[in-house]
Amino acid sequence: METRQPAGSSGPVIEVTDLQRHYGSGTTGYHAVRGVDLTVGRGELYALLGTNGAGKTSTMELVEGLAAPSGGTVRVLGHDPYRERAALRPRIGIMLQEGGFPGELTVAETGRTWSGLTSGARPVEEALELVGLGHRRDVRVKQLSGGERRRLDLAMALLGRPEVLFLDEPSTGLDPEARAAVWRLVRELRAQGTTVLLTTHYLEEAEELADRLAIMHGGRVVTTGTVAEVIAGRPSRITFELPGFAGASLPPLAGAEVAVDGRKVTVQTSALQRDLHELLGWAHHHDLALGALDARSASLEEAFLAIASEAAHQDEPQPPAPAGRTSRPSRSSRRLIGSAR
Amino acid sequence: MTTAAPTSATGTTTGPRGTALRRLASLGRSEATLLLRNRSALFTALLLPVLMIAGRRSMLKQQASDHPGLDVDSLLIIGTIGGILAFVVYYNLTAAYVGRRNELVLKRLRTGEARDLEILAGTAVPSVSLALLMSAVVAGGGAAFLHLGAPVNPLLLAAGLLLSIGTMMATAALTSAFTKTVETAGITTLPLVLLSQFGSGLFIPLEVMPDRVADFCRLLPTTPGFQLVRIGWTGTDGSAAATGFGGTWSTAVPHLVTGAVWLGLAAWGAVRYFRWESRR
Repeated sequence: METRQPAGSSGPVIEVTDLQRHYGSGTTGYHAVRGVDLTVGRGELYALLGTNGAGKTSTMELVEGLAAPSGGTVRVLGHDPYRERAALRPRIGIMLQEGGFPGELTVAETGRTWSGLTSGARPVEEALELVGLGHRRDVRVKQLSGGERRRLDLAMALLGRPEVLFLDEPSTGLDPEARAAVWRLVRELRAQGTTVLLTTHYLEEAEELADRLAIMHGGRVVTTGTVAEVIAGRPSRITFELPGFAGASLPPLAGAEVAVDGRKVTVQTSALQRDLHELLGWAHHHDLALGALDARSASLEEAFLAIASEAAHQDEPQPPAPAGRTSRPSRSSRRLIGSAR
Repeated sequence: MTTAAPTSATGTTTGPRGTALRRLASLGRSEATLLLRNRSALFTALLLPVLMIAGRRSMLKQQASDHPGLDVDSLLIIGTIGGILAFVVYYNLTAAYVGRRNELVLKRLRTGEARDLEILAGTAVPSVSLALLMSAVVAGGGAAFLHLGAPVNPLLLAAGLLLSIGTMMATAALTSAFTKTVETAGITTLPLVLLSQFGSGLFIPLEVMPDRVADFCRLLPTTPGFQLVRIGWTGTDGSAAATGFGGTWSTAVPHLVTGAVWLGLAAWGAVRYFRWESRR
């Protein structure tokens, strides 16, 4: 029943500027995050998308304050999450990418432990019911399925009724039904005003949930915006196979990009309906059967694939990291521990 | 769990000391449950120090035949307590830190409100409690069956125990950084376990050693704590005749100094090298 006062209400809840993360040192090091900027407003649900190794989890860990950035700044609710961890923790909930609960404890014992570590914790039973784990309370964590463990993780993240929720791949390993339930829960939380930052590689998840999203590649944010904004300007696509003939040439399609690869033709267009009509008329006129005909509007998936491959072409020659950011004092760089994903 | 502090509703860290204690208790309870469900760890902790009593006794008796006046009974009890501290606190806790780290439990705990020191201390609660309980039983047994006298200087006895436990905890955290798996903790802890049992006056009292060796052994990390326990209980570390309460302080000073230096070094090393998650 408790309603938290939105402290410092107007500003962004999460503010990330020129974030850098470098693992190891010198030439053997790995530059996982290369200048990420993010702004998440109160009550917003923001999704970080990216291929594996894009730097999503590395970024997430810096925003959560689990490690110090090699460069740049992070502010969550106005605090530096690494240096002011203690001030921030009671107001946020974190779900890591994997586990972190002793296998030999039961679900209820895990809940009891975390309840003791969380100020203003909701009843453990309530948290378990939220994620549909109430009936598994006396089962040891090691006997849970992967999906049940994800839900336990989510329940523990929700224990303190957080203002800001960090979810690192929350639905990985869930069956479709459980995934839908988690989405419903996340939507409810957002409706109650919780700010959510989540990573996912399910584009469908971002499409379903996110107010805004960022697509990461190679440690950088390559695109941000609402789903509609990210898709906008992306061409629709028509593909088909020509029967074995060489006579009639394709009709002129103004503004479209036509690629012919053997018999396979791909048309990228911003005028799907017109060009499709044009093509079908042409095929009818020449009495041609277009094989494997497929026409689709731009989707997040297509936008994502296109953006990722564009980005991959662009950063072939990788610029060296600025010297000032890579040479960290040995003490702090040694404490930069984490998974380079 | 009934003390959900309403003062923290604004989200600031007005967390009273009670909250920190609640977190420690919570972590300690979880860790105690895990210890009770881990047969081999429990076996090592409970039985090994006790099983070593016979060996200790015969070794001390043998030395007493060459060095008349050696107080075998009190050395046996103090040695057993030293063994308990080494196995129950140092070895057991090293394995616990490695296990929790590899299961990503430590990383997950850092996403919560517990501070780093609380996480480390909370994990140590069952080991330390068990060690103190076992030491109390052994001391009680010594008083009852071996007719040992009351401690000459209980303050120094307590200081010795605290110093030993603190140093063991810090070195356990440090050792865990160089230990890949729970199974290899037996190997990585071995050097310090052997040093503490044979080089700190437990199996071989310092006064039995050649002077130079004894001087060197006095500088070892676990010697000061154990010797303070001995001084606090018997009034001497064996280098001179036993004194009363007032006289023990001057005997204790060098040990307090070396002990504090080692504790500081171990704590520094632990902070410097401790790893909260395993490298993959």
